[in-house]
Amino acid sequence: MAVKKAAPAKTTRKTQASKFSKETYIKWYKDMLMIRRFEEKISQLYIQQKFGGFLHVYIGQEAIAAGTVSACKKGDKHITAYRDHGHPIALGTDPKNLMAELYGKATGCSKGKGGSMHFFDKERGFYGGHGIVGAQIPMGAGIAFAEQYNETGNVCFCSFGDGAARQGALHETFNMAMVWKLPVIFIIENNNYAMGTSVERTTNVTDMSKMGDSYEMPSFVVDGMKPEAVHEAIEEAAERARKGNGPTLLDIRTYRYKGHSMSDPQKYRSKDEVSEWQDKDPIDHVLSVIKEKKYMTQKQIDTVEAETKQTVLDAVKFAEDSPFPDKEELYNDVYQQKDYPYIKEYLA
Amino acid sequence: MKTVQYREALREAMSEEMRTDSSVFLLGEEVAEYNGAYKVSQGMLDEFGAKRVIDTPIAELGFTGIAVGAAMNGLRPIVEFMTWNFAILAADQIINSAAKMLQMSGGQIGCPIVFRGGNGTAGQLGATHSQSFEAFYAHVPGLKVVTPSTPYDAKGLLKAAIRDNDPVLVLESEKMYGDKGEIPEGEYIIPIGVADIKRKGTDVTVVSFGKIIKEAHKAAEALEKEGISVEIIDLRSVRPIDYGTVVNSVKKTNRCVVVEESWPIASIASEIAYHVQNYAFDYLDAPVKRVMQSDTPFPFSPPLMAEALPNVARIIAAIKATMYK
Ligand SMILES: Cc1ncc(C[n+]2csc(CCOP(=O)(O)OP(=O)(O)O)c2C)c(N)n1
Ligand SMILES: [Mg+2]
Repeated sequence: MAVKKAAPAKTTRKTQASKFSKETYIKWYKDMLMIRRFEEKISQLYIQQKFGGFLHVYIGQEAIAAGTVSACKKGDKHITAYRDHGHPIALGTDPKNLMAELYGKATGCSKGKGGSMHFFDKERGFYGGHGIVGAQIPMGAGIAFAEQYNETGNVCFCSFGDGAARQGALHETFNMAMVWKLPVIFIIENNNYAMGTSVERTTNVTDMSKMGDSYEMPSFVVDGMKPEAVHEAIEEAAERARKGNGPTLLDIRTYRYKGHSMSDPQKYRSKDEVSEWQDKDPIDHVLSVIKEKKYMTQKQIDTVEAETKQTVLDAVKFAEDSPFPDKEELYNDVYQQKDYPYIKEYLA
Repeated sequence: MKTVQYREALREAMSEEMRTDSSVFLLGEEVAEYNGAYKVSQGMLDEFGAKRVIDTPIAELGFTGIAVGAAMNGLRPIVEFMTWNFAILAADQIINSAAKMLQMSGGQIGCPIVFRGGNGTAGQLGATHSQSFEAFYAHVPGLKVVTPSTPYDAKGLLKAAIRDNDPVLVLESEKMYGDKGEIPEGEYIIPIGVADIKRKGTDVTVVSFGKIIKEAHKAAEALEKEGISVEIIDLRSVRPIDYGTVVNSVKKTNRCVVVEESWPIASIASEIAYHVQNYAFDYLDAPVKRVMQSDTPFPFSPPLMAEALPNVARIIAAIKATMYK
């Protein structure tokens, strides 16, 4: 298990690569590569103004989604912030529907009503994509509450940023989640920055795993650049939750290579810092294991790369060919009530 | 029929629905062991147990967010706010989460949840404890807002709210929990969004809702002795609003007064006045009048309180003004 409250530099731990199968490595590789290629493409498309809105990419953080999804079970729920492209891709949502959502098309995963920040895929247990920083912390605990209430044995993985961890809702939620022993795993995707504000500038306690201490919540620091470490930490935390022993806090140390959103000049950090983290790239890491263990031939690796790129291109074509929502859709999905009497006279 | 208090009517609504639907549960501050700050949930812990009648810490944002998450995942929570003043701390989860979840998820994830508690002034509680939230929440698409003014309405509307698949806010009043009224022995539901003509009349239409409608009734009785016939429409729901009932009544009486226990700007009264002028302009014999709370934070000192609130004399004066008397 991860070391409790290790200092940031000491989070790397010996992962037992042997524990994970060839299939798991290949799945991690494919999932992370899909996230990366998808987001590289959408960054280009965004610059070309193919679609609007905010766009926050997950590049650099892929091991968290990959390691969480490989460790979770069917029926588990996932909720995260607006940096939400990675989770549904790892959960298996068709990139076509995700791409179409960016374009605001009717075929999008949220019917073009959510955009980049509000991806949803209920069927795969993905409960969004949420744009209000930290709002998903209590919601995630509530999703877990329903699982506990219905005695399903499922858990909720609730991800949020280091910046979101400064919201008061976190403390209220940690407290109740511990009193009620909710089956929720709180995951800080700690990329060290909230927009341009570093962790050190917003807190006296830079070791974020300590945030669980006031609630006696089991809390661990995890190396977020290694899907093995994430998987192990997630599996152990989920096990604890499934047994009725309540929540866990995972301070998963990661890094976003790109700016906060597409309009971030990144004056707050050095190029050296970025490249130091890129040296620990999770995709490179997994690929090196795959090569070392001969899990795939170079030809197979090349094929995966080519297929991934093609899937992304197909998704772009699908999105561009898809229709926008009908105008009537403005009045659909606001209420479950089908005949809700909207005030429409201003249109006349 | 039987006579019950407003709080008992609310309790019956919750208990009946909890007996028939195991996904319904109640949470809030002091709702379980203390039997409710205003004894609305008295005895419910005994009947339903701690799994379904849940005491929370004083953490409105947190427990509301947890309830919203539970509703997203298939349960039907009833969140009791000790009063709506404190729900301001949870406004993010009500307005940003509950109201928008269905739309932003493209219809995948709804939020069947009830938020309820005391609303409006309730004596000498000072400005922070004396606010009305009808107009605040009526403003927000995705929510429904009901304002029961009698025990009968309280039970029927709360049952409708619990069965509704959309988020519904029930604005009650600490001052009404002890009110008595008749309700049927058996089950009944009052549909959300349908106004109720509480008193038939021919000379002027008074539109109101919630606790302050009682002052309108007193004014109507006094005016009856002077030969003025007042029709009182209880909106019952301020989102959606049953404009049709209001407009039809005004077409008959040609006069309209709105009585609201809240601040004037962007109020339900301004909304009603707009619709009446737009849809019954040619029928109006006088401008629409309104009787509101003072445009100030609510005061503490009794004479100032009296000065701040809508009252019978002001309602009578407004009605007479529409009749040029
Ligand atoms: C309540 C709220 N306040 C502010 C914002 C604007 N905002 C969006 S993202 C962000 C930074 C959040 O950083 P972090 O939680 O670390 O997540 P990251 O972007 O690093 O994934 C801010 C301030 C918001 N969306 N919601
Ligand atoms: Mg961050």
